Amino acid sequence: MTPDYYLVLAAILFTIGAAGVLVRRNAIVLFMCIELMLNAANLALVTFSRINGTLDGQIISFFVMVVAAAEVVIGLAIIMSIFRTRRSASVDDANLLKY
Amino acid sequence: MGDLKLPEINYGALSPMLILFGAACLGVLLEAVLPRGRRHGVQLTLALASLVAALAAVILTRNTRVVTIGGAVAIDGPTVFLWGSILLLGVVSMLLIGERAVEAGGAFVSQAAITVGSDKDLKQAGGQPGATEVYPLTIFSIGGMLLFVAANDLLTMFVALEVLSLPLYLLCALARRRRLLSQEAALKYFLLGSYASAFFLFGVALIYGFAGAVDLASIHAAVADPQRNEVLLFGGLALVAIGLLFKGAAAPFHVWTPDVYQGAPTPITALMAACTKVAAFGALLRILYVAFDGVRWDFQPVLGVIAILTMLIGAVLAVTQTDMKRLLAYSSIANAGYLLVGVLALNKEGLSSTMFYLVAYGFSVLAAFGIVSLVRDAEGEATHLSRWAGLGRKSPLYAGVFSFIMLAFAGIPLTSGFTSKFAVFGAAIDGGQTWLVIVGVITSMVLAFPYLRVIVMMWLSEPGESTPTVSIPGFLTSAALVIGVIVTLALGVIPAPLLDLTNDAAQFVR
Repeated sequence: MTPDYYLVLAAILFTIGAAGVLVRRNAIVLFMCIELMLNAANLALVTFSRINGTLDGQIISFFVMVVAAAEVVIGLAIIMSIFRTRRSASVDDANLLKY
Repeated sequence: MGDLKLPEINYGALSPMLILFGAACLGVLLEAVLPRGRRHGVQLTLALASLVAALAAVILTRNTRVVTIGGAVAIDGPTVFLWGSILLLGVVSMLLIGERAVEAGGAFVSQAAITVGSDKDLKQAGGQPGATEVYPLTIFSIGGMLLFVAANDLLTMFVALEVLSLPLYLLCALARRRRLLSQEAALKYFLLGSYASAFFLFGVALIYGFAGAVDLASIHAAVADPQRNEVLLFGGLALVAIGLLFKGAAAPFHVWTPDVYQGAPTPITALMAACTKVAAFGALLRILYVAFDGVRWDFQPVLGVIAILTMLIGAVLAVTQTDMKRLLAYSSIANAGYLLVGVLALNKEGLSSTMFYLVAYGFSVLAAFGIVSLVRDAEGEATHLSRWAGLGRKSPLYAGVFSFIMLAFAGIPLTSGFTSKFAVFGAAIDGGQTWLVIVGVITSMVLAFPYLRVIVMMWLSEPGESTPTVSIPGFLTSAALVIGVIVTLALGVIPAPLLDLTNDAAQFVR
């Protein structure tokens, strides 16, 4: 089986994530879409690692997982603090800052 | 396992970063053990001391030229120069962050987790001392910036990008006044920032597929190979550039800038406008000059269009703004465009003039936000432009300082704004980018209008009922203002020493 299919899958996952961030409203769903993009990058890294025959890609994906975990902590803290006040996680409701 | 080869680590050359990260960890620890009343003094002293110590370490190791920790970090001329500038700008913004004389308890909320508008929140609004976590967070962020400009492979650069961004997202949410705006700014910055870093990461993956490695030297070698895979190369370069241009606030990745600059606590806005800009453009310079030098004819026109868009959007939208912090945000977007003009010169002068511009702009913008944090009424900072009318009659000194900074932004001779714009435009003409310089000069003229309008408003309008007062700054803000103004003036009158320094430093190692 050729590893190219995994690259196609990674590209599709990345596109779904990127499009999801643009069309969805809920901050948590947006956040999940961003995680999907990161995981698509991980899949691409591991596949390229297999194609290139080096281990760098696998090491990088470990780093990405750690960084993504740290990002979750910060992101959920911010979303939680907004939700407590507004009782909503919709990004359309956060509209005080404009022009 | 006996022949495991450990990478060589040059601790001396890395000491500035090690000092900062060590001090930040110590700060977190102190936060847990010190009694609440003593935290502010101790944390502020620790933060300032660590920045000064790191600066001393940079000066001591200024002649080191080495690639260390297995090729992850490159310490060369631009690294040392940018480290020095980030740390100097960091000291000045730390002075603004530590100020507590202007507002009871400082610019930061005491407990950010308390729901906005609840009884507890109303209680803490009455001058409870602000959170002292901001000091370790800022130091972590500045440490990440140091790593960002020195990163010699894309993985290190990604990790550094997150280390500098994550504390900034939190800091944006910590304003004492107008907490809803502040939280909204943090949410927007966080969502768009992590979106941009996901693009950056996918770009890293594509470039890894292209070059088989992520260190900049291997990428440079792979780019020179005539059998290269162009889809992976240009796809990867575009995605990585999106991540970096987002941090540098270049159009069309600038939309977060005005909202975040307006909503974040003013000292943090100053930190973002000065230090983050240095870090973002430092990393962009390194990637373009070291790794992708071989395809400069391919990316130059694309980035040129982005530079023009950035200058136009920044200048034109700055004219329509009615809020001082938003005006400064659009001005910072336009300045990102001028910096890109310098970057795109793609020669030694381009590198040195961009570094000069970063320092000159950083000090001016710190002084500008320092003044913004002083113009207040009972509600907190009065940032609406109409409120600034007649300020010159009420407090001539601060209105004078602000007018001087505005003139510097507009690029009037004898200020750093003139010399730095002259340097980047000169470098771009040498690099054959005359089209960018023409747009740059035209947008500078457009951009002079909002600056001069502020000056006219402050001096020629009668002060009204609603003209706010200028608070008397404490020692820390005064020091930051004096440093900002002196550097702005000095770089305009005698720019030669710093220009020589940037010229000597303008040599990347590969």
